[in-house]
Amino acid sequence: MNFESELSNGKFMIPQCNVCTKIVWPPAEFCNDCFGSVSLKNGDFEGKIIEFSKKDEYYFCIVEFENTIKIISKMSELPKIGQLVKISKCGILDGNYFFYVN
Amino acid sequence: MVKVGIAACGTIPFSKDDQKIESSLLKSTKNLFENNSKIDKNDIDAVLVSTNNNSKYLSPILSEMAGIQPKIAHSIESLCNSGTNSIVSAYSYIASGLAEMVLISGAERYDSPGQILQWDDSRGEFKHPIFWASLFTKSYKREFSISDERLAIVSVKNHKQAKENPNAFSNNTYSVQDVMNSKRLTDDLKLLDCSQPCTGSASIILTTEKMTKKISDTPVWISGIGQQTTSAGFTKNNSFTSMESTQLASQKALKMSDHTTKDIDVAEIHDAFSVCEPMALESMGFSDPGKGMNLVDELHETNNYKINPRGGLIGSGHPLGATGISQTIEITQQLQSNANRRQVDDARIGLIHNMSAAATSSTVLVLEK
Repeated sequence: MNFESELSNGKFMIPQCNVCTKIVWPPAEFCNDCFGSVSLKNGDFEGKIIEFSKKDEYYFCIVEFENTIKIISKMSELPKIGQLVKISKCGILDGNYFFYVN
Repeated sequence: MVKVGIAACGTIPFSKDDQKIESSLLKSTKNLFENNSKIDKNDIDAVLVSTNNNSKYLSPILSEMAGIQPKIAHSIESLCNSGTNSIVSAYSYIASGLAEMVLISGAERYDSPGQILQWDDSRGEFKHPIFWASLFTKSYKREFSISDERLAIVSVKNHKQAKENPNAFSNNTYSVQDVMNSKRLTDDLKLLDCSQPCTGSASIILTTEKMTKKISDTPVWISGIGQQTTSAGFTKNNSFTSMESTQLASQKALKMSDHTTKDIDVAEIHDAFSVCEPMALESMGFSDPGKGMNLVDELHETNNYKINPRGGLIGSGHPLGATGISQTIEITQQLQSNANRRQVDDARIGLIHNMSAAATSSTVLVLEK
């Protein structure tokens, strides 16, 4: 089980160090703090909108999870700064990660 | 401290030409030798190539094509600040005594693979630089109550200044309304807010104090170097309204040169997008936070070319591997009082700011005569 195989199945999991328990982002084999091994944390994670802009009909937003992970996600409704959102859809398409939040 | 000087420069016009990277490198190198007849090829003991191009072994190839047999020959890639990173490497070779004279040649094609950082998966499907630029712009506008029309002045100013640069990609001037009416890429970014990928090459020779004085009647010295990498991924930035790596790199470069921002007479700033110019000016201390556009407005209204005299990246074009070298050539020419209609009065100390991947790394150089 690794982050990308889970993501390609539509599941967003959070990589965490087995030794120091820090979140490891971007996903990697080893912790970028102590080089400990990494496992994936399951959950219904809530993120916060940090910033957004819009291209065509979609908003693209910086969403922060666990005060650590920031990703750029798509959103169809007008976001608000500080708004709490959850990932509704994610995966890997043509080699690129994609995330939708609402 | 060992003194390292700039002894010779060469360039080609930036364009959309479909030419091989090897050809671009050779042409700017040829121009360098044409501009400086005192350079002896036999004195060049290192050749560094700055590029994001996928072609291999470019430094030995350039060396062979130019008839040079250097001790040291290799390429350097670091996305958009490959050029100044190569200059820093050349400086280090000379300062350490491993080389006495280094040729640095940077080149890129309009279709460079360096325009998109595929590794940065945190950007999701939004990997093109217009997306980080849009988010920087939105954040900056909100934080400091700056309008799109005010940011457009960066593009107006830099296109105006590029008009005086015979090697610039752009030869057009634009009004604020032209920028506002240009193609809308996102809600926060217009086409004329963006630097354009293009084909270009620029070459420079760094050498020891003794050799610089022998070759150049108007020597220019590298007196300050600062570099800082904070991350590789855009979303790792702590702020989307300032540039931490730029702030730290400029502090180091100014400290090394024993100057402050107030001493800088002329500067090339990495305006990959309009918002980058005020953000960089503020991060380096040319302006207080949120006041960078006041300085840009004032310079534009008074036709003062102090910031980005060659037209910046927006006006000159952005051939990634050549950009930092072209910026350094501009400041060299300014300090040599050789910048023609772009000349800034009494320019004695200049600064170059060159950054990569949404300001996740920055290089700042201070030059003086």
